[in-house]
Amino acid sequence: MNAQQIKVLGVAVLVILAVVVYDAAFIVDETEQVVITQFGRITGEPVVEPGLNFKMPFIQKTNYFAKNLLEWDGSPGQIPTRDKTYIWVDTFARWRITDPLTYFQTVKDEFSAQKRLDDLIDPATRNLISSYPLAEIVRNTDRPMDTFEGFGADTEAKMEEEAPRKVRYTVNLGRDEITRRIVAQAKEKLEEFGIELVDVKIKRINYIDSVRRSVYDRMIAERNQIAEKFRAEGRGEASNIRGEKEKDLQEIKSEAYKVAQTTKGKADAQAAGIYADAYGKDPEFYAFLKTMDLYAQALEKDSTLILSTDSDVMQFMKGVAE
Amino acid sequence: MNWDWEKLRENQQKYEKNKGGSGGPGMPRPPQMDEIFNKFKRFKFPGIFIGIIVLLVLYLGSSTFFTVDRSEVGVVQRFGKFNRLAQPGLNFKLPTGIEKVTKVNVRTPETEEFGVRAADRAGAYGNASESSLMLTGDLNVGVVPWIVQYRRADPRAYLFNVKDVTSLLRNMSEATMRTIVGDRSINEVITERAEIAQAAREMLQAELDNAKAGIAIVNIEMKRTNVPEPVQASFNQVNQAIQEKEQTIYKAKEEYNKAVPLARGEAQRMIKDAEGYAIDRVNRAQGDAAKFLAVFEAYDLARDVTRKRMYLETMGDVLPKIGAKYIIDADQKNVLPLLNLGDGASTLQDRYLQKGE
Repeated sequence: MNAQQIKVLGVAVLVILAVVVYDAAFIVDETEQVVITQFGRITGEPVVEPGLNFKMPFIQKTNYFAKNLLEWDGSPGQIPTRDKTYIWVDTFARWRITDPLTYFQTVKDEFSAQKRLDDLIDPATRNLISSYPLAEIVRNTDRPMDTFEGFGADTEAKMEEEAPRKVRYTVNLGRDEITRRIVAQAKEKLEEFGIELVDVKIKRINYIDSVRRSVYDRMIAERNQIAEKFRAEGRGEASNIRGEKEKDLQEIKSEAYKVAQTTKGKADAQAAGIYADAYGKDPEFYAFLKTMDLYAQALEKDSTLILSTDSDVMQFMKGVAE
Repeated sequence: MNWDWEKLRENQQKYEKNKGGSGGPGMPRPPQMDEIFNKFKRFKFPGIFIGIIVLLVLYLGSSTFFTVDRSEVGVVQRFGKFNRLAQPGLNFKLPTGIEKVTKVNVRTPETEEFGVRAADRAGAYGNASESSLMLTGDLNVGVVPWIVQYRRADPRAYLFNVKDVTSLLRNMSEATMRTIVGDRSINEVITERAEIAQAAREMLQAELDNAKAGIAIVNIEMKRTNVPEPVQASFNQVNQAIQEKEQTIYKAKEEYNKAVPLARGEAQRMIKDAEGYAIDRVNRAQGDAAKFLAVFEAYDLARDVTRKRMYLETMGDVLPKIGAKYIIDADQKNVLPLLNLGDGASTLQDRYLQKGE
């Protein structure tokens, strides 16, 4: 063995050493956790802290699992609610591996974990959705809703009028509570797999096709009825305004008549007082004057006058006897 | 190993002899290999080390610096464990294998669309886009398209806490929007878009914070909310009915406004007339009274004479006007034979007048 061969051997040893160290060391990412197995059997605690770690080379194996929040997407299914409305429900859930040892022993990989989630969440969803009426699933709170379009001058009046409509749906649970119950049903069973179910959310709810058509019909009917209501309201309001107009006209006219008559009456009374005051000084003279006026006015061309010689005008006709 | 190389070298030399070093088609090694073998020949084993080390140093050296763009933040992990954040500019790190950098854009907002291009994504249910069809609180169906703009606010949380942040964001956006819409009537969904966007934004941000996804929602923009196409006509009907209602009311108001002010004017005129009458009546009364009193004063001074004068003056005025005048003796009791109503009267009149004068 010459010097050259020794050097070659040295390199070989170094390379083998490097390979051994390389296999013994492993890196755990922030998003990962590792279960170490020796000939298929778990040894030691799982590595959950990220960083550089070592194991026995070759005889120990690393099994990586996700540590971050994972997602499960439910397959949309057709579920009848308690009020027998058929709906499509699409859910998704979030979960994480909290016990990698149990997880490794029971489900091994994410694919079969998803399968377990399917098996547990879907039935729980079905159970809960079918035991509540649709409104409980759609609504989240019993927040009052404005179900009719309210604008224009008479909004306030309408609010009052529609008050019973606003509280039509009393919501006892709401969507959040129902999904919480779905979680509660599935959670415990999933813990057996080292899985923590964080939450289940309803992504989509929709009527199935045939129901949707009848819902559309209902919506149309409802809208037509609302439209009719608006028209009737318009006509009613118009009649009201016309009535108001008639009333106001009568009031204005009669009020004016009243004022006019009162004014006239007062004037007449005042005039009568003035006349009485003046003529009262000598009623006989007044009668004389008025009679004279009357003669002047009443006797005309085609009047026939028969005068006796006894009258004052003709008294001197027969002579100026004293 | 050693003898293998020796053998290879011999083969190589054989080839070179046969082909004259021209590098023909039978050549099993690229020409660079010659140089390497020459190096091996010359430097022997230390040369291998130097070569490997030079290459390694070059490779590792190039991985010790990196630039971070202005809108990015670099997340540096040492052996997988989070170590530090690298700000924009030139940065240094330990070579590959020890430290790893992931650059995350933290400034440019990303956009996720939901049901915006309804026509493009025909769902399993028919023509309308599935992601925009929702049940409203009054169990109607609304079409609600929207856009979520978000930013990766916390690169560390974004990278490490959630497996597929985009998928979570999409699913959570849909769930949130449906929860919000599920609590509102179809009318509110159509008319109060801003309020819904605000509520959805708050709720979605809370959910993402809860998941520690490192995402900040920049904006939720509601596109045109509507009802499904088959129902749209009836909704327009309602709008039309509202217009009609307003119109009917305005028409009635117009009639009112036409009639009432006119009536008020007429009423005022009636009152003014009455006031005029009153003034006239009183003035006349006062005038008449003044006249009477004036005459009476004069009359009072010489009653008999004045009275007679007035009587005679009146008679003087009256008598000429009268067509037929008969003067009868005071003794004559029966006037009938004299009265011949008609034409004869004038002849009689003439005769008697002549006779009387």
